[in-house]
Formats: sequence, structure tokens, C-alpha cells
Amino acid sequence: MRSLEEKLGVNKYYVNEGHAHIEIDSSAGDMLEKKKLINACPAGLYTLQEDGSLAFDYAGCLECGTCRILCGDTIVKKWRYPDNTKGVEFRQG
Amino acid sequence: MRYSMNQERFDAIVVGAGMGGAACAYRLAKAGKKVLLIERGNYAGAKNMTGGRIYTHSLEMLMPDFRGKAPLERKVTAEKISILQGGQETTIGYAANPQKAQDESYTVLRSVFDRFLAGEAEKAGAMVVNKIQVDELVKEGGRVVGVRCGKDTVLCDVVILADGANSMLAEQSGFRKRTRPADMAVGVKEVYTFPKSNFIDDRFCLAPGEGLSQLFMGDISCGLMGGGFLYTNKTSVSVGVVVSLSHIGEADMTIDEMMNRLLSYPCVANAIRGGKLVERSGHMVPEVGYRGISTLSGDGFMIVGDAAGFCVNIGYAVRGMDFAIASGIYAADAYIKAHEAGDYSASSLRRYDQMVENSFIGHDLKLYRKFPEFASSNPRLFSTYPELINGIMHDTFMINGDGASSLSSKLMKRAKSVGLFTLIGDAIKGGRSL
Repeated sequence: MRSLEEKLGVNKYYVNEGHAHIEIDSSAGDMLEKKKLINACPAGLYTLQEDGSLAFDYAGCLECGTCRILCGDTIVKKWRYPDNTKGVEFRQG
Repeated sequence: MRYSMNQERFDAIVVGAGMGGAACAYRLAKAGKKVLLIERGNYAGAKNMTGGRIYTHSLEMLMPDFRGKAPLERKVTAEKISILQGGQETTIGYAANPQKAQDESYTVLRSVFDRFLAGEAEKAGAMVVNKIQVDELVKEGGRVVGVRCGKDTVLCDVVILADGANSMLAEQSGFRKRTRPADMAVGVKEVYTFPKSNFIDDRFCLAPGEGLSQLFMGDISCGLMGGGFLYTNKTSVSVGVVVSLSHIGEADMTIDEMMNRLLSYPCVANAIRGGKLVERSGHMVPEVGYRGISTLSGDGFMIVGDAAGFCVNIGYAVRGMDFAIASGIYAADAYIKAHEAGDYSASSLRRYDQMVENSFIGHDLKLYRKFPEFASSNPRLFSTYPELINGIMHDTFMINGDGASSLSSKLMKRAKSVGLFTLIGDAIKGGRSL
């Protein structure tokens, strides 16, 4: 089976380099809070590091807003849609 | 922006060119209203995703001749529900060509469909602007009077919020609180294409133009409320998983692992074998049901579709798009009435709430209001029962040299493993919630 990263590679993205539309506080939240994001992000962009902290990469985001609903008061510090014309572009949907 | 929007004043501004927004703009434009439809994607549908199947009764209400022109994938004539557990699969199937036009449903792809619907709104006279995000609603004395997009402010009588499941505008403007995780689900979908449409016909035993809808439940959602789906399109297959956010942090699997588990079942693996993956998408699904509907309108605004939480997931059917289109129609009609009276106050626009309440939207959301709670508080539904059902099937069909026992004793043994009282209790509660 192909990895999620490879699968996302078939999508069309206009990544806004250097302009993250989502920012996280990687030191905030306990393990349950972190696991919410790790389990729920449909693009698998939240990953647990060896030191127990959470890493996040905004490129690859599907703009669903799940992380905002789950952890908008804890780990997810900033959530907005990418700027006009940027981000994912579904060609199937 | 190619032109200067702030020179103009509109009757209505619709935010979001999805099903609800485009339907609303189309209806308003048809009635001769000056309407602006604003979409943040590069085209209508660019940010939208469905499983997807649309029950077309409300599309028919909007556009009676839709069959001849809408880009529908296939008419659903085959239904399957599969219960998956531990590599085993029990499937129930039903096939019938819908007898009445209003009973029809079709598989769709949103990037194609939404572009069509927004295009129809444009043809009817709506101004459609893509690639523009609405940053905030403009208020005057507590009343919504327009929208702000970057430096531009555009004014109107009424703003219709159709900005989807993750409606930031309603929240930002203080119309409602942030949705609770328990009232939301997240979905992922993969689309696999095949060279020719008759390939799909042959693989799924379908007549040309007809389609299959298959839903999956069982160990793919790791005990959480959720399941999988498979829909046949013209020349592609959509397959995915939807899972509730209510206990997602406690699950032992990520949604990607759930998706992979679904893909590992032979019934799914064989369905997409040889197909080319062309997209992996994700989206949120409101599962608030009737409880979650709070504010639908106020001074100078109305909220439609997913943004209003109009969605039902009852396990064997997932619906949102028919609600979205109908609510778009009602909002347009409520605007037209308000326009006649020249009154866009909350009390005038309450007509929209009443139309929703008295329609099938209000009826169906109320009918199924207990199901999400029943399902999310009953992990047996997604683990114990799938095991029981597949166990019974195993006992029924497995024949070997160990010596047979009667079917009734096998059934009792399986039922006792769950507990007869538990089984009966769940059957009654589940039955009532549906």
C-alpha cells in the first residue's frame, strides 16, 4: 500500500511558501490532546516526535478545519484559510 | 479583483459556491434579484468534497430539467451495506430502479457538479466571483449589511452564509459558538479512475449509466461511530471513511490507518484493483442533527447548508447535499418575501427558519435526532455486532470434518456471547432512534 504522503502527492496544491495558514504551539496540550490531531488529520500532517512534541507541516493541508474544531483552544494557535488562490484544489471532489 | 466590487450594491450576497450557495444564487438570479456569489476556491467546487451521492428531489425543485444538463455521474440503482470484521465481510444488497422521479439519487463529483451549478447561477444573471475570500461580515447597528474581502467592502440587503462545515464567518460574527467535536465527523476519500465507463459497468454488474452505493461498518472505525463508503462514478470509483470526532483521541488508529484497513478488505481492494489514484481528499461532516441547529437567521443574514449543520448520518444513509440545496431555495424565497416588504430584520427573515422547520429538513433532522447519541455511546454497534454477524455467517457456511451442530444452537451460542438482554435493549433503542 502506498504511503499517505505519496497519495497526497497526486493532489493539486498551490502551496503558499513561507506563509503558514495554521500555526501550532507544539508544547501545549497533553498526550490525549495531541492524539486527537494525530488521529484525525485527514492528511496526517500532525506527527509525534521522539521527544514527545508534536510536529506539523501546513503543506499538504486539505483545509477541512478538523484540527481547529478539536484543538482550537489548545494546540492550534492560529487557523485560517490559505490566501486567495492558494492551498488545495480538488479536481474530483 | 478584476473589477471594483465596491462601486456596486447588491440585493443579496452569497458566501460560498457549494450546493447551498449556488442553489440560492441561482434561485435569486432567476427571480431577477441582483446577487453576488463569492467563492474562495479557484473555481466553484475546488474546495468541496462529498462521498458522494445526492438525493436529487431538492435539485429537481430548483431545476426541474436537471437530468438533461447536470453533470451527474451515475444513477444509483444498487445499494449494498457491508459489515466488516476481522477480515470477514457480510453484505446485504438491494437493487431497484427508482420508480418515481423524486426517489432518484445520483453519484456526483463536486469539482464538476459545483462548477456546473455556479455556472447556471451565472447564466441566470448572478455575478460569480472566484478566488476571493470573505474576511468578515460588515455590520451596522448590529445588522449585517455586507461583506469585506481584503480592502473591498460590498454592501447588500442580506448576506447568505453558505461557507460550509467549517463556517468561520458565523462563529466570528458571534452568531454561534464553535461546533463541539462531538457534533462533527471527518472524512477522507480516494478517487480511482479506470480507462472506460464499461469497465465500471462490468466490474460492478451495472447497466450503463447506473451506479452502486456501498456503505461499510465494522472494525474499520476502530470502535468509533463511523464507517466507509464506495460509490461508482462514470469512469471512477470513490472510496472513503467517515469517523466521528467525539472520541477520536482515544482511538488506537489514525484515520489513515482506518482507510487502509478498509482498503485491505477484499471487497474494496478488488473493487479498485487496477485503478489509478487521482485524488486523496478530506473534509468535515456536520453530525449535529437537530440539536445543533441554533441560529439560522438574524438581522440581515441567513445560514444555509453545512454551515447551518444540515446533515444526517444514520449509518445506512448519509445526507447533506439535498438539505443544502433545499435550504438555499428557502433562503432565496425568504429573501424575495423580505424584499417585497422591504424588511430585512430578524423577524422578517425568521420566515426562513419556519420554512426549514416545516420542510423535510426539519422533519428528517428531528426524526433522526437521537441516532448520533445512540451510535456514539454504543461501541457495540461498531465492534461487537459486526463480530456477531460475521460469526453467525461463519458458523452457517463453514463446513469441515469436525462434526456439525444445529444452526439454532450455533445462533444461541453467538447471541449469548453478547448477552441476550443487551442485544434486545440495543435493538429497541436503535430501532427507536431510526
